[in-house]
Order: sequence, then structure tokens, then C-alpha cells
Amino acid sequence: MIEDELPAWSLPAAAVEPIAAGWPEQVTRDWAWGGATGAGVRVCILDSGVEPGHPLVGEVQGAVEIEVEDREVRVTDDEEGDLCGHGTACAGIVRALAPECELWSARVLGAGYTGSGDVLLAGLRWAVEQGFDVVNMSLSTTKRKFATTLHELADAAYFKRTTIVASAHNLPVESYPWRFASVISVASHEEEDPFTFYANPEPPVEFFARGVDVEVAWLGGETVVSTGNSFATPHLTGICSLIRSKHPELTPFELKSVLYLTASNVAGKG
Amino acid sequence: MSDDLRAAVGAGVLGSEDAYRDLLQSIVEVARAIFGAKASSIFLVDEEADELVFEAVAGEGAGELVGTRLPSSTGIAGWVLVTRQPLVLDDVRSDPRFSRETAEKTGFVPQGLMAVPLLYEEQALGVLQVLDRPQRSRFSLREMDLLGLFASQAAIGLQLLRAARRARAVLADAGGEAAVLARLAAVVETLEDDRREAALRLLREVELLLAQP
Repeated sequence: MIEDELPAWSLPAAAVEPIAAGWPEQVTRDWAWGGATGAGVRVCILDSGVEPGHPLVGEVQGAVEIEVEDREVRVTDDEEGDLCGHGTACAGIVRALAPECELWSARVLGAGYTGSGDVLLAGLRWAVEQGFDVVNMSLSTTKRKFATTLHELADAAYFKRTTIVASAHNLPVESYPWRFASVISVASHEEEDPFTFYANPEPPVEFFARGVDVEVAWLGGETVVSTGNSFATPHLTGICSLIRSKHPELTPFELKSVLYLTASNVAGKG
Repeated sequence: MSDDLRAAVGAGVLGSEDAYRDLLQSIVEVARAIFGAKASSIFLVDEEADELVFEAVAGEGAGELVGTRLPSSTGIAGWVLVTRQPLVLDDVRSDPRFSRETAEKTGFVPQGLMAVPLLYEEQALGVLQVLDRPQRSRFSLREMDLLGLFASQAAIGLQLLRAARRARAVLADAGGEAAVLARLAAVVETLEDDRREAALRLLREVELLLAQP
């Protein structure tokens, strides 16, 4: 049988099934996320934790702490809240854009600098296993020894329909995972509209979102004004959440295509 | 030559730790001046203790804070170190939890802060902070770029400081034998023209002599 000899990844023309994409002739913002609230979408904030009860964050469906000791990964309920303020800021931005999404916190910071790369990997692995729809990663590593595993995890997420949105680096160093094509990488623009985002014709940074002078949630129920790619990232996470909420069937590849088609410098004014 | 002896000779010619400290101090002074900020500081990560240590401070806290230690992965500096991402915060209310670590150590609660990781090759060596620059209407990405430039410079300074400390540690472990080589290397390094040439000739003769069975 010819079919049996074919490798698993080939497909005879007769067996190709048409895919009912259901995309309109012109993909507009209204089609992409008009009327969407984020309802039904599970978002994970991989960061410093999220302060429970912050008025700008609201309900957090779950919060875990990731620890690694002697190569043993422990995932426990997080009782500490936020050890910096940054995770709370990201959660608040996502909540503002996608008010009805389900927010989770995976804390990968606080156990020390030494070994933090292992914790980051373990945290991302946990998030991919949990099947979140969108994972916000406002963090990166420069250690090459983690690059391969991070790459595998990013690809695993991509094929499991988990979209990783990662902060790009604006310092002249190699860092990961934002450089991988299977994630959505984000840097900052200087404008104030949270829904303005640009597709970058010159990757590896793929999108620019709001990241300058953003008023964000911080510790103690407070707010601060903040700047950094790490705040641009949750803006795109929020927009991804809206799109997935309206179009849950989209793969990360399709989601990235919708982002491109609705970017402010492509056709996004609609 | 063994690694220890190599390090010993290196220690002789690397220059003193003080010189690198001066370099770091000059970087924070310039950063503070350029941004018109109240203070600027550089932290070095101490991997063994898993802590951040103030290595240089300009402005508020100068003279007192050097040597003070903070946790390596909590608070603003810890977040910046671990995530390798720069961070700028403004309009901070006087909530001590904002920057617990700085507030507790200094009694000085900044209203605004810029922090950037000091990255050298694959390593995150520390953090550069600039505190309380004057508030303007909007922050600009150009300022972020400028901060990045200072960070590159500071990272090189920190790397040199670490190398000098390591070389000295090796020297201390190796005791007197290696120390004499370091002193010789340091002296030869400072000689000029004829005297330097003469010293090198003499050392070559010593080398030949010692190589005899």
C-alpha cells in the first residue's frame, strides 16, 4: 500500500479536507474582536506573582508558585502574592483590555537569582501543560543552555494552541524566548492608545504595543506610571485574549495572522 | 603555565580593584548628571550568597550604601536582574512596599526609578538604577536607549572588577609563590623602553635557567 509507505506528514491531494476558515474577505478589528470581552479565555501571567484583591486586577482564578530544588519541580498554591509589583501590573493591563478573561498567576521569581533559569523553564512547562490560551512572558533569559529547551517548549505551546506573548529585548544581547518564531514578540511604541499596535516589517521583533508612560496596578492597591517592553507585552496579550474569546478556534499561526491584518500600520483602523 | 599562575600574572597587570571601582563610580556620577537624577547606583550580583550588593552609589546614599546587600530576586532590582528587562517607574506613591528594600536600607523612598540589567555575554552581572530624575510630561524611548548605553558601559566595568577580584582570590589561595610573579608582572608593566626591554631579557634568561634539568 502506497499510503502506508508515505511518511506521516504527507497528505495525498484527494485526502485534503477543505477548512472552513470563516474569515471575511477583509479582516477588520470589528470582525476580530468587536464585542469581545475575553470571556472563556484562560490567561497565565508568568511573572513575580499577582497581588490578590487589587482593584485593577479583580478576581484571579488561580495563583501558583514554581520552585525547583535538586531538579525536582514543585508547584504549590502561592500565598505570597506579588514580590515586586510587576506581575500585578501585567495582570491589570490584561484585565483592562479583556475584562472577562480568566487570569492565572504563575510566580517564577523570588527564590533567588541562582537557579532562576530553571524556575523560568519549569514555569513555562507548567503553563503549557495546563493548556492556557495565552501566556504572558514579560521576561527572558540570556543563558544559551536554556535556549534549546525553551525553544522546544515554545514549539510545543504553538502546536497545542497556547499563544506565548513575550517581551523583546532592546539591549544588544541575545536573549530568549522572544526571538523564537513560534512566539509573539513585543516591543514598545510611545503612543497612548492601548489598542494601537504596529506590525514590524523588520523582525525579529514582530509587534510594537503601548509601553511608555502606562498607568499600571502596583503593590498595596496602588498604581504607578511605568515604561518598558514588559508593559507593552500584556497589551498584546489582552488583544490576543479578545481575539481568542471571539474566535476560540484560532491557532497561534492564525492568531498572529489576524494581529498582522489588524495592526495599526496594516489595515487596523477598521 | 597553570591557570593559577596565569591568574597571578593577570592580577599583576590587571590593575587594582580600586581602579575598577573608580570606573563604576564615574559611570554612576555621569548617569546621575546626564539624567539630572537625585541618585544612581550599581549593584553586583554575589552568586554565592545569592544577593545583590551595592558597588557604587552617586548622590543620595553615596558613601553609606556601598557594601549593603539586597535579595537577588525580589523587589525592583531583583525583578530586573532575573528577567533581564529594563523597567521605568514614575509617580510612585509613598507606599514603602514600592521599593521595600531601598526604603528600608536608606530611609529614602524614590518617586521614580529607572532600572536596567547589566548584561555581559550570557551573564546578568548586576543592575544599574537611576532614582528620581525630574518628572517631565512624558518619558521617551530615547531615554531608555541612553540608559541602555550606560548599562553596556557599566556591565564592562563590573566584568573587569569581577575578573580582578577572581585573580586576587587565586593569588591569595596560592600564597607567596604566585604573589611574587604577580608583583614582577606588575613592575614590568610599569617600566618604560630600555628598562622594560632589559627586564624582559633578564626574565628570559631566568626562564632558560629554570628550564635546565
